[in-house]
Amino acid sequence: MERRLFLKGGLAAAGGAGILPFLKHLPAHAQGRGDTLVVVTGFGPNSMDIMRVGANRPAYQLSINLYDQLINFAVVEQPDGTYAYDRDTLVPELAESWEIADDGMSVTFFLRKEAKFWDGTPVTAEDVKWSFDRAVLIGGFATVQMRAGALEKPEQFEVVDEHTFRVHYLKPSKLTLPNLAVPTAVVFNSKLVKAQATAADPWASDYTHTTPAGSGAFKLERWDSGQQTVYIRNDDWTQGPLPGVRRVIIREVPSAATRRALLERGDAQFSIELPPKDAAEMQAAGRVKVAGHPVGCCQYHVGMNLKFPPFDNVLVRRAVAHAIPYEDIYNLAAFQRGVPLWGGESATPAEAVWPQPAPFRTDYDRARELLAEAGLPNGFETTLSINLGLADWQEPTALLVQEGLARVGIRTTIDKIPGANWRTRALIEKDLPLHLENFGGWLDFPDYYFFWVLQTDRLFNSFNYSNPEIDALTDSVLHLPVDHPDYEPTVKKMIEIVWQDVPMAPLYQPYLDMGMSQNVEGYAYFFHRLLDARRLSFA
Amino acid sequence: MQHFLYVLRENPITVIAFSLFALIVFAALFGPLLAPYDPLASNPARALQPPSWDHWFGTDQLGRDVFSRVLVATRLDLTIAVAAVTISFAIGSVVGTLAGYYGGLLDQAVGRVTDTIMAFPLFVLAMGIVAAMGNTVENIVYATAIINLPFYIRVARAEVSVRRHAGFVEAARLAGNSDARLLAMHLFPNILPPMMVQVSLNMGWAILNAAGLSFIGLGVRPPTPEWGIMVAEGATFIISGEWWLALFPGAALMLAVFAFNLLGDGLRDLIDPRRRT
Amino acid sequence: MAERSRLELIGRRLLSAVPSVFGVVLVTFVLTRALPGDPAVYFAGMMADEASIAEVRQRLGLDRSWVEQFFAYVWNLLQGDLGRSLMTGRPVLTELAERLPASLELTFVALLFAIGVAVPLGVLAATRPDSWVDHLCRVVVTAGVSLPTFFTGLFLVYIFYFLLGWSPSPLGRLDFLYFPPPHVTGFYTIDSLLAGDFETFRAALNQLALPALTLGLFSLAPIARMTRASMLQTLSADFVRTARAMGLAGSTVLWTYAFRNALLPVITTLGMVFSFMLGANVLVERVFSWPGVGSFAVDALVASDYAAVQGFVLTMALLFVLVNLTIDIIYTLIDPRVGVEG
Repeated sequence: MERRLFLKGGLAAAGGAGILPFLKHLPAHAQGRGDTLVVVTGFGPNSMDIMRVGANRPAYQLSINLYDQLINFAVVEQPDGTYAYDRDTLVPELAESWEIADDGMSVTFFLRKEAKFWDGTPVTAEDVKWSFDRAVLIGGFATVQMRAGALEKPEQFEVVDEHTFRVHYLKPSKLTLPNLAVPTAVVFNSKLVKAQATAADPWASDYTHTTPAGSGAFKLERWDSGQQTVYIRNDDWTQGPLPGVRRVIIREVPSAATRRALLERGDAQFSIELPPKDAAEMQAAGRVKVAGHPVGCCQYHVGMNLKFPPFDNVLVRRAVAHAIPYEDIYNLAAFQRGVPLWGGESATPAEAVWPQPAPFRTDYDRARELLAEAGLPNGFETTLSINLGLADWQEPTALLVQEGLARVGIRTTIDKIPGANWRTRALIEKDLPLHLENFGGWLDFPDYYFFWVLQTDRLFNSFNYSNPEIDALTDSVLHLPVDHPDYEPTVKKMIEIVWQDVPMAPLYQPYLDMGMSQNVEGYAYFFHRLLDARRLSFA
Repeated sequence: MQHFLYVLRENPITVIAFSLFALIVFAALFGPLLAPYDPLASNPARALQPPSWDHWFGTDQLGRDVFSRVLVATRLDLTIAVAAVTISFAIGSVVGTLAGYYGGLLDQAVGRVTDTIMAFPLFVLAMGIVAAMGNTVENIVYATAIINLPFYIRVARAEVSVRRHAGFVEAARLAGNSDARLLAMHLFPNILPPMMVQVSLNMGWAILNAAGLSFIGLGVRPPTPEWGIMVAEGATFIISGEWWLALFPGAALMLAVFAFNLLGDGLRDLIDPRRRT
Repeated sequence: MAERSRLELIGRRLLSAVPSVFGVVLVTFVLTRALPGDPAVYFAGMMADEASIAEVRQRLGLDRSWVEQFFAYVWNLLQGDLGRSLMTGRPVLTELAERLPASLELTFVALLFAIGVAVPLGVLAATRPDSWVDHLCRVVVTAGVSLPTFFTGLFLVYIFYFLLGWSPSPLGRLDFLYFPPPHVTGFYTIDSLLAGDFETFRAALNQLALPALTLGLFSLAPIARMTRASMLQTLSADFVRTARAMGLAGSTVLWTYAFRNALLPVITTLGMVFSFMLGANVLVERVFSWPGVGSFAVDALVASDYAAVQGFVLTMALLFVLVNLTIDIIYTLIDPRVGVEG
């Protein structure tokens, strides 16, 4: 019996899953030799469809690898030799080229004529329209994300001809085009999916939940929920250079320690999102490669809830911002895998970038003065809430914050809230007086961060912060191009106001750290913080 | 007393168990006084140091002294276990005794309830209770008490129902004792020995249970030192070589459970009439 | 003994389990509803707004009263519908059916290991009561039960995988190199043997070794204790003394007379240990990324995934009933004295 069946191209192309039962083992030498890449991750997707209501973050990875978008971001080399996406340069994917109308109110995409779905049917403008209609109508994350780029109504999407597709703007916005280069704007095989729609499920999301229907560089070989996802290369892909690996096995390993062991021993060649400690140590040891990049539009901060006295008093908030041992947190909790966001030199920002160091530093005397000025010379008691799901950085951070605050008389109890309840408490009910939070926006613009986090009643405004001036200024620049003369002064003004109002004390901008074997090449950091396996290859 | 000494002499392991037990109680009572460092104070300059003369058990991520934390945690872990076991003992012995004595409908109802609890995967039940009621020390105690309850009820019920028609009970009844007095003065003392064995064996289990809850993340709040949570947190450091973070609290946990289990065994030998002959 | 009475016994046992299973269903329902966190918020996903949360809540039926929800749940249950897991979006029944064999296989192997070690230890201890051998046995098994499983598991992984490299990566049921054998029982070891594939069998066994060892160590004590106690009792029984007096060889007496008679209480203990191990699985599965029902239940609990938690607890309760029933039946088979009246 031929037990060690060698996987030949033609064999797998003959029909993915159907052939699997006959393959009992992968040849050992195929691992890590240009054939199979083993990836480990803490938790896996709960759906194969990013648009399905309730799809989790790992599910977005499917969009990137199995589906195509019209356009994507270019990748450029960084000063340290790693690669990262470039916010300002878009490159073709399904669209060969695109043109913005003279009046600036629409964009026309010209699709690749050779692009085909996995079942061989050509990708047409009809498919793009159906997919975008679906995104704006299906509800949940996809719809909200589309709306952020002023894409709200099916009427905005027009099929010009089979290979020409137009998006009409509701208003000109710098966010619209970039927002078509994110994983929610993927194109489905509409004929195939539509056939599965029912009255109760008009977008056939029960079908795409388990059965992807795309045109991407990889096809789904198998998905064992809670265990692994396996991609196999689509050798007919024409939207870019063929991926360097034929098969990608993404294993779910809840324990970070085990993931580290697997990577260090070479049983896995890629590990998604290393804890800061592992990243720091593995980089120092040099046995595996660690690619770290600051997460754009993201900061870790101590949030103060203005609904809960005494945090309604700006003096108290400022006192808290001066009673945090920033340096210790950066060293002991972040292991320096981040960009410091404290100790800013001036109360007025020099640049219109976010995040950037805020003008706070550890100064317990100043904090005591501020508390006394606020009429609380003896401090007060409060609860410091952290998210159990993010305990690896939040718990040590919370302990150090607790110690620092105790030095100025603010006594805190640490409350660990389970991940499932965190969203409800922190973001929906917004009833956590003092808490650790983080938000990372996909589109890396300061005003985009303000739009999600600092405008009144926004979802990620866990501080109940409300300043009409911030609301108005954010609205005024959100859709402006960055080179508009009003943009930079307005954004600086916004940052200055927030520094004065101190709804949060910024700690640091975290790194996204990925670990990989020395022979894995081509990894690039993306705003979505996920693995685009199409780019990887073995040296 | 004679018998006690005899059993101890015959059984060196029980001597070890008693000494370990004494050590644990000592640590629980005087641990906070003896701890060389403040178990809560961080020391950034000394983070993650291996065991040394200054720090016998090394230091953790925040530079806290692991030895002090392990020592101070004894009281809390012991308190959780004692409290949980006391609750299940108190409720279990009363309910079990009544069910065993009166029988009938009451007995059946109690039997159904214990069956129901027993049919649960017990650790998951404890997890559910703590998750639903919030993770505080009290709730860990209640959850542990609830999952232990059926064992006490069953032991008490069995012991009482065997004896309720025994000669000495009948005699006491004829002498005009009330049911309450009969139960309290005559039956209860008789079920005490087997219950004590159960208590001792359960103590170890209660400690493990609380530690397991901490491991899942449903335990004691930081920064309070507690063995289970220290093992859970230390576990993430094993692969990177900081073995002392998990090993020492783990060893303390193991020793405590070990002592209680051996003690339970020893007690059983002490009171088991079959072994006495 | 009549076949009919045995069937009657089984029927009676099953019937008597109905109230406690119902109790489990009820308590689990209330407990899951008391879990913090709003599943609608959680599953409406990132960045969901009020409207989409409300829509999710309505679709999940969470806008109805608890009583209504409970009756709907029981009604579906009676039709064999355990609901859909919100985490994975698949029917809970499918999830459990896929994961249960993994948990059972692990538990069975661990139990076999525990029996293999604990029963001889117990017999050994009973033949030399109060000797150093007895004490040593006691210390060993008590040490086993005193180790937190998550702690043992992690250290075993560190030593045998990371340092020594003897055991395969602690990644679920099979190494990357292998594909699961064709599904027959769902037990990889048995299925691979049925397929005549010894290489996969060895691979599956390798993966099982550490988690089974972890779980097994934890279960030595009750089995060894019961074996020892039961052996002591039978060894001092009249028929054994008689046998010895009649000059039968020591080993014959030990194994043929004493051991066989000491077996009954041990089997009862095994049933309890098995149920207990299924529960203790939760932590071991987590450490070893074992794709069983336990790790599924923990995730479900943290995510307030009502249907999944309820389905898991119900399955465990049914298994518990089933195990007890099996023990009862084995009992009647082995010991004719335990009969219809029993």
